[in-house]
Amino acid sequence: MQRRLWIGLVVLALVFGLAFTTGCAKKAVKAGPADRTADLEDQDTRYKAEQERMAAQKKAEEERRRLQRLEEERLRQQQMEQERETRQEYLEGREGFMEENIHFAFDSAVLSEKAQDILREKAAWLKAHPDDNVLIEGHADERGSNEYNLALGDRRAQAAKNFLVDLGIDPMRIDTISYGEERPIDPRSNEEAWAKNRRAHFVLK
Amino acid sequence: MKSKTAARALPFLAFAACLCAAAVFMPGLYAPDHREPSGAGSAAKPTFSVSEARAAEPDVWITIRQPFQRKLPLAVPAFLPDGGDQALEASTTGAELMRETLGFTGFFKIISPEAFIDDLGKGVTRNKVTFANWTAIGAELLITGSVEQSGDTLVVELRFFDTLRGHLLVGKRYKGRADDLRRMVRRFASEIVFVLTGTHGSFNTRISFVSTTPGNKEIFACDFDGHDPEQLTHNSDIAISPAWSSDGEYIAYTAYKQGGAHMYVQNLAKKTGTVIKYKGLNITPAWHPREFILAAALSMPGDTEIYSLTGNGKIIKRLTNNWGIDVSPSWSPDGKEIAFVSNRSGGPQIYILDVETGKARRLTYRGRYNTSPSWSPRGDKIAYAGLEAGEFNIYIIDSQGGAPVALTSDAGNNESPTWSPDGMMIAFSSTREGPSRIYVMTAIGTEQRRLLKLPGEQTEPAWSPRLSWY
Repeated sequence: MQRRLWIGLVVLALVFGLAFTTGCAKKAVKAGPADRTADLEDQDTRYKAEQERMAAQKKAEEERRRLQRLEEERLRQQQMEQERETRQEYLEGREGFMEENIHFAFDSAVLSEKAQDILREKAAWLKAHPDDNVLIEGHADERGSNEYNLALGDRRAQAAKNFLVDLGIDPMRIDTISYGEERPIDPRSNEEAWAKNRRAHFVLK
Repeated sequence: MKSKTAARALPFLAFAACLCAAAVFMPGLYAPDHREPSGAGSAAKPTFSVSEARAAEPDVWITIRQPFQRKLPLAVPAFLPDGGDQALEASTTGAELMRETLGFTGFFKIISPEAFIDDLGKGVTRNKVTFANWTAIGAELLITGSVEQSGDTLVVELRFFDTLRGHLLVGKRYKGRADDLRRMVRRFASEIVFVLTGTHGSFNTRISFVSTTPGNKEIFACDFDGHDPEQLTHNSDIAISPAWSSDGEYIAYTAYKQGGAHMYVQNLAKKTGTVIKYKGLNITPAWHPREFILAAALSMPGDTEIYSLTGNGKIIKRLTNNWGIDVSPSWSPDGKEIAFVSNRSGGPQIYILDVETGKARRLTYRGRYNTSPSWSPRGDKIAYAGLEAGEFNIYIIDSQGGAPVALTSDAGNNESPTWSPDGMMIAFSSTREGPSRIYVMTAIGTEQRRLLKLPGEQTEPAWSPRLSWY
């Protein structure tokens, strides 16, 4: 038992001793004590340089991120501006769409050249804005029986609808109603007022 | 389903309230005669009895074809009062009302009381009246009256004499309160017109119309003579085209509510109603002359076509089939034909439709714009509004066709003619005084005068059938 312990210790010492002598021998060959100091300084410099490099890199990274944020912000602003403009444009388009009536001759539901041009514009707008549906109101002037004028207003609204449908607008997107002579936009009793009141009016829903 | 029913009932709540209000002022407005008990509860209603026998054979004084050819000179002196202040007041207002009411018909030349040389001081019965005093001032007909007051009750006796022959033509006794006087006068006027023409007049009728009095178009109604206007609909966006059912119990009209032009059928007494809302326009209702059936224009098929519907709005049959406008039906009195407006030949013209075969013939050829046909109660004529030289006027044309006759001229725009149920008068709208108002005239166009004056404008008169005496 005692003997096996001794053998173990000796082997251990030998292993350690061997490892120490070979490691020291190499260094001792290459550098003296002065070299060691320079080496340390060099290490320090390298370390500092490394530090500086990393700091610069970090700074550059931060700058890059800052610029990126700024750019993103700018793009976001630009996009918002664009959206606002689009929205504005859309709203103006909507308003224009609803403001522009088409007009008819007395006791007629025939679409004039001008009315057809206006309807083509409206069809284009409706195609560009597939989420918008339209209610077409047919109106008449005050002359004649209000019963006949109700039917006449209906024919005018239908004529406008049919034209839009022929231009490719889904009929399900178009509703019609007639108000006959009940809702004049100009209450006077003269040719000018009558001409204004004989109309189809377009309301986006 | 329940909420749908409730929603449909809603528009009529306002109307119900209106009728309740009316009932306060006009007890038994829509209650027919025979339903009224004759006990204490009926104090507000006149009761009547024949007090003297009618002349053996009622002469038909006024021919039906030419009722206005010669006006009959009539004297109505103040009634003889007996009793309190109410009798005294009724004796003069009663005679005035009688002159006014009978004068409205256009049959009579009402002699001015200033010409009278007799005040009936001796009495009002046949053997007390000095007929020579009435023939002397040109009166061929005479109405005498007496008013007896006991408590709050008035007993009014009225007699109608042929002064030339000294005959009593008709006599009646009425009992009621002071505010029933107008009804008593109207009932007696109706007896008189029956004696003279063989048909009862239109004294128990009302005229419905559209008025902008509340700020928007609502349906109103007044008595045949413009008395007692009443608002029938409330809170419509736009209410137009009123039409009376043949029994006078329903009014159909078109109103814009819930975003469309729908038809409403309203029971005036029961305060119930139906909404007819097919897709598109539901317009220009007209009642069948006897049945609970409507003709009306629906734009459901893509353009306006005339349909027959039950009073509850169920489609019975599509009556026209023609691309273009078909509106404004008006039934012939036998219910076999319908006059209507169509633009199938270009502008609006009147056509006659055979309900059974669906065939239509064109009635009007003169002028390029003829609308609003109204078939006369006797069936022989159709009144309509026509445009000529930039002016709308009322015309009459034989229902078989022919040359139209203008009843109005040089007096603004005249539109929407409607016949009284006895066919003696026509109500219409006119702008002759500027704003549109309701006017009446005889069936030959004479005696044109304004029916009533309300704030706003009045259009689209519709004369009721004879209603139960209220």
